[in-house]
Amino acid sequence: MSDFVHDGWSFYIAIITVASLLACAVLLKALSTRKLAQGEQVETTGHSWDDLQELNNPLPRWWMWLFYITIVFSLAYLILYPGLGSYAGYLGWSSQGQYKDEQQQAAAVYGPVINRFLKQDAVAVAANPEAREIGQRLFLNYCAQCHGSDAGGSRGYPSLRDGDWLYGGTTEAIRSTILNGRNGVMPPLGAALGGSEDVRDVVHHVLALAGRTHDGLRAQRGKAKFATTCAACHGVDGKGNQQIGAPNLSDDIWLHGGTEAAITETIVKGRINQMPAHKDFLDEGKIHLLTAYVLGISGQGKP
Amino acid sequence: MQAQSTQSTYNYNVVRQFAIMTVVWGIVGMLVGLFIAAQLIWPELNLAPWLSYGRLRPLHTNAVVFAFGGSALFATSYYVVQRTCHARLFGDRLAAFTFWGWQAVIVLAAVTLPMGYTSSKEYAELEWPIDILITLVWVAYAVVFFGTIIRRKTPHIYVANWFFGAFILTVAVLHIVNSAAIPVSLTKSYSAYAGVQDAMVQWWYGHNAVGFFLTAGFLGMMYYFIPKQAGRPVYSYRLSVVHFWALIFTYMWAGPHHLHYTALPDWAQSIGMLFSLVLLAPSWGGMINGIMTLSGAWHKLRTDPILKFLVVSLSFYGMSTFEGPMMAIKTVNALSHYTDWTVGHVHSGALGWVGMVSIGSLYYLIPRLYGRSEMHSMKLVTLHFWVATIGIVLYIAAMWIAGVMQGLMWRAVNADGTLTYAFVESVKATYPYYAVRLLGGLLYFSGMLIMAWNVFKTVRGQRAVDMPVVAVAQAA
Repeated sequence: MSDFVHDGWSFYIAIITVASLLACAVLLKALSTRKLAQGEQVETTGHSWDDLQELNNPLPRWWMWLFYITIVFSLAYLILYPGLGSYAGYLGWSSQGQYKDEQQQAAAVYGPVINRFLKQDAVAVAANPEAREIGQRLFLNYCAQCHGSDAGGSRGYPSLRDGDWLYGGTTEAIRSTILNGRNGVMPPLGAALGGSEDVRDVVHHVLALAGRTHDGLRAQRGKAKFATTCAACHGVDGKGNQQIGAPNLSDDIWLHGGTEAAITETIVKGRINQMPAHKDFLDEGKIHLLTAYVLGISGQGKP
Repeated sequence: MQAQSTQSTYNYNVVRQFAIMTVVWGIVGMLVGLFIAAQLIWPELNLAPWLSYGRLRPLHTNAVVFAFGGSALFATSYYVVQRTCHARLFGDRLAAFTFWGWQAVIVLAAVTLPMGYTSSKEYAELEWPIDILITLVWVAYAVVFFGTIIRRKTPHIYVANWFFGAFILTVAVLHIVNSAAIPVSLTKSYSAYAGVQDAMVQWWYGHNAVGFFLTAGFLGMMYYFIPKQAGRPVYSYRLSVVHFWALIFTYMWAGPHHLHYTALPDWAQSIGMLFSLVLLAPSWGGMINGIMTLSGAWHKLRTDPILKFLVVSLSFYGMSTFEGPMMAIKTVNALSHYTDWTVGHVHSGALGWVGMVSIGSLYYLIPRLYGRSEMHSMKLVTLHFWVATIGIVLYIAAMWIAGVMQGLMWRAVNADGTLTYAFVESVKATYPYYAVRLLGGLLYFSGMLIMAWNVFKTVRGQRAVDMPVVAVAQAA
């Protein structure tokens, strides 16, 4: 595949590159002179500017050769490696080729180490100490940025250790989450609920569901609103729905905060949460190990 | 030639203005640098959005490169071109416009960058209205400079002016091409280029900002102030011809080495790497010519702190222009890229070369602009030299070690093929080096404060003196 829309550009690049390197050599050659003889005094150019003058020493030999060597090296490199337009170079090297080679080598060396666990189911792998170690290393590189190195999560990023699952904690659910990612969307519902007083009522109902301090009267009033607007996803009892990733509101575990202010913000503004898909850059073996690791730390992998 | 023509004095006024502002902007720019270095150790210092690292880092680079370095270049080029052309600066009003215009650019940068307005192009973050102002100032600068060259009373153009001239012309081209953008509002624009072309234009600009703004311009400075301070003729005219043409020619090609192992086609990466290697000799030509100018005057280095600044600046120049080509080699770059090694490399150039040659030149220049023969206290100049030198050594040593460590940590692999270290572990391992870097920066900054005090004492109570234009010496 060529980088050029027309062969002319390739020639243009090649010619101008070689000509430029040669021009450096010609310039250097043109201004080179013999060495000063023993005891020979060098002359100034005879010019004077603000009392400044210039001697006219010959170019230092070592410097001159350094310059030539870099030019010769460059010309040789251009024969061996890509550089002269679309000419691929004698060695046929390319950065993409290097990448593919390294990938292949890595697959050959590390593939068996990783893939040997594919034969066992995730629960068994989770119980294997060696697999756990590899799983942890994978987790630290691919997952810890959001879920934390202890998998404890933080605001907006679920904890993976608390046994509370947005999309389910079975082997298949975890595997699917890692493979395809998840998109959790809660729409803004302030207007649907009515005015700010109505929102506040629903907030207190949610607080009540989680067993938090709340205003009983408001919670009572909010219950009806909740049933018509929120229950479609979260269920009438607020236990959530793992089919669509609607969180359980009754367990006092909060993805976006459980204070009155945080819940109000969630209801009024909505939330959009995304876990990216990993299937394009993690192979089967690694995803299996990660699935097992997450199963293990969530307490479900213990035999 | 007659000394007393219609324009009998040099225009030192604009030189004085830029020289003093160089010290002021140096302090401001380095203070911002210190603050963001501290933020890397104590992230809590990201106190408000406008004080956050992401906004202050471009403020730091703009302030030290364009405010400090730029003012130093304006001051010295205006001084040198007048002195070596034996003619008053062309266009007094135009020169005054370049001063006030440039200060306006700096103030606008200091306001808009913390507010979050950015074109997001490195070293060219300022939005389009400011870019237009920069263009106007720069065109005026070129007219003043080349107008003075045309007025010269000497048959030949002095070597320092070749470098200043190349710097002015090229920066104009770089700025206009790289800043081309489609405005959508007063404070927002989109680059005229897209994708990898945009990246290539950006680094063609970015590396030549180093090559022409931070190298060619400062070589111009070197070619006047070193022979002046050493009282010796320039070592080799011949060498200056070769290295000048080779330097300005090859720098133009080196930009792609910033884009190794990216979407940039392999052929472009190769060419960028090779011309960066070829650049080694032309760069060293300047160092050799400067240092060898001291032949017969080496003893002065022992006692003269200004010469110490100038010669040590050349040593750092030689070091970083060796390091640069090495880092441009793909296999080395695979280790060094994206690490703090790059930061160390830049600062050995910025603090060591650009900073020290400017400081040395200003110590020569400032007393002469105020009718004195030397600074208020040469002891303080010596102190400044040592504080700054130790600061640089701490800074770059810390960043070298940190950079190589990061590069090695990022590529370390376990027996199962997983990465040995998570990214955050490399961040944690870098903390001690961040602390040493901050200490180095603090020392360098303290040196600037010493300088400010010394300049204040030198200037206070002195009358600004504009020297009469010197007649050209009768050529031998």
